[in-house]
Amino acid sequence: MSPAGAEGVGVPEAVGVPGAGVPEAVGGAGAGVPEAVGVPEGVAVAAYERRLHPLTPLLRAWVPIAAVIGMLAQQGDRAEEWITELPVSLRFLVLVALLLVFGTYGLLSWWFTHYAVTATELRIRSGLLFRRTAHIRLDRIQAVDVTRPMLARLAGVAKLRIDVIGTDDKDELAYLAEKDAAALRAELLARAAGFAPAEAVALGEAPERALLRVGPRELVVSLLLSLGVLAAVTGGLLVPVAVWWFSASPWAAAAALLPLLGWAWSSSVGRFLTEYDWTVAESPDGLRLDHGLADRAHETVPPGRVQTVRIVEPLLWRWRGWVRVELAVAGSKNDVLVPVAARAAAYEVIARVLPGVDLAALSFSPAPGAGARWVVPVWWRGYGVAVSEDVFAARRGLLCRRTEIVPHAKVQSVRLTRGPWERLHGVADVHVDTGANGTVTARLRPAPEASALLYAQADRSRTSRATARPDRWMT
Amino acid sequence: MDMGTRGGTSRPDWVGLPGGLLRLRRLLLAFWAVLFAAVTGVVLGLTAGPAWAACGALWLAAAAWGWVLLGRNWRSWRYAERADDLLISRGVLWRAQTVVPYGRMQLVEVTSGPLERRFGLASVQLHTAAAATDAKIPGLVPGEAERLRDRLTELGEARSAGL
Repeated sequence: MSPAGAEGVGVPEAVGVPGAGVPEAVGGAGAGVPEAVGVPEGVAVAAYERRLHPLTPLLRAWVPIAAVIGMLAQQGDRAEEWITELPVSLRFLVLVALLLVFGTYGLLSWWFTHYAVTATELRIRSGLLFRRTAHIRLDRIQAVDVTRPMLARLAGVAKLRIDVIGTDDKDELAYLAEKDAAALRAELLARAAGFAPAEAVALGEAPERALLRVGPRELVVSLLLSLGVLAAVTGGLLVPVAVWWFSASPWAAAAALLPLLGWAWSSSVGRFLTEYDWTVAESPDGLRLDHGLADRAHETVPPGRVQTVRIVEPLLWRWRGWVRVELAVAGSKNDVLVPVAARAAAYEVIARVLPGVDLAALSFSPAPGAGARWVVPVWWRGYGVAVSEDVFAARRGLLCRRTEIVPHAKVQSVRLTRGPWERLHGVADVHVDTGANGTVTARLRPAPEASALLYAQADRSRTSRATARPDRWMT
Repeated sequence: MDMGTRGGTSRPDWVGLPGGLLRLRRLLLAFWAVLFAAVTGVVLGLTAGPAWAACGALWLAAAAWGWVLLGRNWRSWRYAERADDLLISRGVLWRAQTVVPYGRMQLVEVTSGPLERRFGLASVQLHTAAAATDAKIPGLVPGEAERLRDRLTELGEARSAGL
């Protein structure tokens, strides 16, 4: 079990109101060198505690502000009535009191939040009344993300998030000065890799080598060519018009329009914004992913953490030979490895994630037509399975073809299921469960083969663990 | 560590469930069937006439069918401890078979509800890092459940691996 991170950490949620929280602490955006508490900076051997960037309370203030505005908007007239009833002086007093309370709380919570890196863990202490300490074990790091939302970019700060299984949103360091975040990430990764603490600080950023970069034109064309996006956009425009036509009520149309527009937005423009300028680079401490237009994100996936790789080939992409690569890492939210790339380039990236796997050499055996065609008409042709020395791969889908690849070492359990209809036609499904809460299913295998596959897969996943990389990958 | 390494890696040595679970389930079935039959019979007898009261017997027929099904389902449950993994097989119409390597086990749970305790039953559930793993063995004798738990824990420790 990973003991880390089960108890979350939180920089307390309710933080300042604008302008109130950060009086003299704001010495300018660049003034965020974390203070050393106790031990002077530079002595890396002892774990010294540091604070977050002093702008933190201010940057986190938009959450309570949004909540208050939302509440007032919902109450509408009543809130207005209520406010106008108060005399002007009292109104002013309430405002000042609110600002003071939120501000002090935000400031205090910032003051009481410390983090420290020890030889084995990242420790985050926080909480004003309810003290909590999260111990995040470095050798269990699944991924490290540095994200810079729009506002934070303007202020020159960044969020650092360590993904360990069981961590939640609260286990992130928000906010740190950008260069501190980068330095901390480098240090964490070096220590996780097994370097000595002094060495880890001195090493700094590991060198990286760019593997792949997705240009904006390619990204736009790929989005235009994917049926899902087209469906979302046309649906988002046509359905409200149709609703208006039939119900003759513009309000119904507007009600239908909003969620659909949201969907169309997130699957087209939203995707463009997050996947803009997607760069994949390789470094000794893992694969680096940089992306985003407004909000920049920087993700690092250490070696050997990927549980599943999924290759998605939408129908219209196939004549251009493009693929999208998604990945599953336990405890991490990152799920895209390459938004769009030519097949050969994508395979090269996958080869870094799954070392020694030759995807081109995987030969998929199709589902047996005789039985499978009665269980899943037409679409049975899409199913296939391939097993190599290192991976288990299953394919499905006719229009949008998805290939899922699991290294044997990541398999947690193997299951075989057969319904009555499948049994009648002599086929069975084999499921392979992975730690990222995913299941890869090889559907519609001939019964004897499925049974053999079940046992063989259990054997393979058991033995392949012996040759897997150590958690501290540099040792 | 070779205690109970019965059967090679290739041939599983299947063990069925003890009779207690079947008895419990059949008793519950009989209880509810008789109750429903009585209620239906009385209500219909009073409202629609004594001839209609015979409809209550439908519940008994369903129960007889259920009696057979329960038996078949109970017989379908079996498990095998192999040298390196645990096998669980179950289901009559929807058959499922699960293989969990000992090294992947995160925790073993022994549970026993009030009714189960009354009948001297306990179930063992294995958890791996994958939520989809559904490795549960119901209706074991508590002694066997505890033995299994201890053995699985021991084997899990010996073969443990990270994610």
